[in-house]
Amino acid sequence: MTDLAQDLLSSFVIAESELNGSKNLAVVNMRKEALDRFEALGFPTTRDEEWKYTNLKPVLNRDYKIMLKSESAVSFGDIKQYLLSDLDTYKLVFINGKYSSWLSESTHQSYDICTFAAALNKYPEILSTYLGKAAPSGETFIDLNTAFADDGAYIRVKANQTVDKPIEIIYLTTEENGSTFSQARNLIVVEQNAEVQIVERHQNLGNDESFTNFVSEVFAARDARVSYYKVQNDSIKASLIDNTHVQQETNSNVHVGTYTFGGKLVRNNLHFYAGGEHTESHMDGITIIGDGQTVDHHTLVDHMEPNCYSRELYKGIYLGKSHGVFNGKVLVRQKAQKTNAFQQNDNILLSDKAKVDTKPQLEIFADDVRCSHGCTVGQLDQSALFYLRSRGIPKREAEGLMTYAFASDALEYVKIPQLEKRLNRVIAGKLGINLEFAL
Amino acid sequence: MIKIKDLQAGIEEKEILRGIDLEINAGEVHAIMGPNGSGKSTLSSIIAGREDYEISGGTIDFEGEDLMDLSPEERAHKGVFLSFQYPVEIPGVTVSNFIKTAINESRKGRGEEAMEAREMLAMMREKTALLEMDKSYLSRSLNEGFSGGEKKRNEIFQMAMLQPKLAILDETDSGLDIDALRIVANGVNKLRSKDNAVLVITHYQRLLDYIEPDFVHVLYNGKIVKSGDKSLALELEAKGYDWIKAENA
Repeated sequence: MTDLAQDLLSSFVIAESELNGSKNLAVVNMRKEALDRFEALGFPTTRDEEWKYTNLKPVLNRDYKIMLKSESAVSFGDIKQYLLSDLDTYKLVFINGKYSSWLSESTHQSYDICTFAAALNKYPEILSTYLGKAAPSGETFIDLNTAFADDGAYIRVKANQTVDKPIEIIYLTTEENGSTFSQARNLIVVEQNAEVQIVERHQNLGNDESFTNFVSEVFAARDARVSYYKVQNDSIKASLIDNTHVQQETNSNVHVGTYTFGGKLVRNNLHFYAGGEHTESHMDGITIIGDGQTVDHHTLVDHMEPNCYSRELYKGIYLGKSHGVFNGKVLVRQKAQKTNAFQQNDNILLSDKAKVDTKPQLEIFADDVRCSHGCTVGQLDQSALFYLRSRGIPKREAEGLMTYAFASDALEYVKIPQLEKRLNRVIAGKLGINLEFAL
Repeated sequence: MIKIKDLQAGIEEKEILRGIDLEINAGEVHAIMGPNGSGKSTLSSIIAGREDYEISGGTIDFEGEDLMDLSPEERAHKGVFLSFQYPVEIPGVTVSNFIKTAINESRKGRGEEAMEAREMLAMMREKTALLEMDKSYLSRSLNEGFSGGEKKRNEIFQMAMLQPKLAILDETDSGLDIDALRIVANGVNKLRSKDNAVLVITHYQRLLDYIEPDFVHVLYNGKIVKSGDKSLALELEAKGYDWIKAENA
């Protein structure tokens, strides 16, 4: 049996010499320490509480190419369908871990929209200020990523700037021979009173399996506004562990939307650290999956300061033999009085073989708070279905219409109309309904 | 138009309808009255095709076709309409999208072309006016947050849009104040013609002051125990249901 952990450990020496920033002693040390922690921790199993419902074994027990970085001839035509084609955007495109300047549209004009590797060399101060400050060490996938990741998106919006158009970040895998394991990393810094909208996706265009361990750190300074949309509609051969950690200062407003339709195994670890008063933390998502797919949303909102608001709404629709997991933790620390936290996870099972494990977790140490949470798992309401059918709407369309209506309120906060339309189209396609229902 | 013969049905071993015979011709209005639990709503649900019931005997013939073989949507395509006693709330689906979908799916089911957007819009405008509904209804989520009266009016609006051959009004008067009752009844009367038929199911005679029936039937204990003209409704109103119960004890 192959052992990915051993392969990773033994390949580190070679990998390290090729990694960006390797001349920088601080980076070298950071990587080595992260690798040591990974070695001690190893990969989690279902005996770990946080991984109780999601078994990584099938994904881990496979031979992966670890250091990919291969050139690949990808044309704009190949990736067009993954872009918001009817909208002008900045684009950061990575192919097999390598930045494609040809397909990208970066800028250094009023804000930096470029690559993590370039930023590491160019702005060593970002390393000491931000790198690893939102994503905590001691979590095995984060440590592993810290040890290996050498590129990804770097976005820095200076104070009082609003990025004039959305930014699209796309990670492509094109490997045709053999499975690939890749690790990329985003660093997103939004300074005081600045604003940005980001759309991100991972896409496996190859024939073989891919496994991605991804880390994204977001820093929202005072009064900053961030919209971050994750479109997860990858092929059935792609597995993803997404670790997104958001640090918020006073009065900042951050929304992370996660829309999951594709992938073999997708695990989203989404953590918000509300470290200033009057912050707003929004996280929502729609999951629609079918045969052979597993999607696991693990979220945390850490309310550290008073007068903050968090809103969490996840909708899941499960077809075929699919498995969904939702674990939403809301932590309200003693100091965080007047916290207003809302959490809801609703699921519909459209097949007898589909399964959902949902677990809201509230830990409240302050006494003057408003926290509500709920989760539901059900089937479509038969009375409503009969009502629609009695008006002449065929069963399949009626089911689609009801499922669509069930899911669509999780799209309410999408601020880019073209993206909303795009998501609507994907959802309609997944549910086999005519879009006229929705528009 | 519809011929029901010896219809027997129940739910989970419980017998509800014990042999119903009813024939309704085009152009007629029939009323079925009866005390609570007599099987009135079961009868209307079965005609519309609700699948929760077990049919143990009898037939329902609709214009020469056996309705039992058809799904609820196919019955709707043939022109059967049920105004629900308790219309279901469907968040996220607007009234206008819903009715558009219903009309065009019904047309598709009959092998007809979809209705033109302009024609649809004009019709919606006309029918909302008929039922004295504000146009803002159309962009609200179907029945969500509607008052009882608004829900019933919305049912008759759908009926007006779908133009069924047989409209079954199940307790449409319940939850309506006198003004709403007049508006709803007026809407139904405007839709009456020699080609369609109406079956009014009600507990009280009140609605029949506005929608005048040609025939009144009394349903009791799963059977039609008495039939007559509209004077029977008045008699029931004056005497209550006790004498019916006594006669059939």
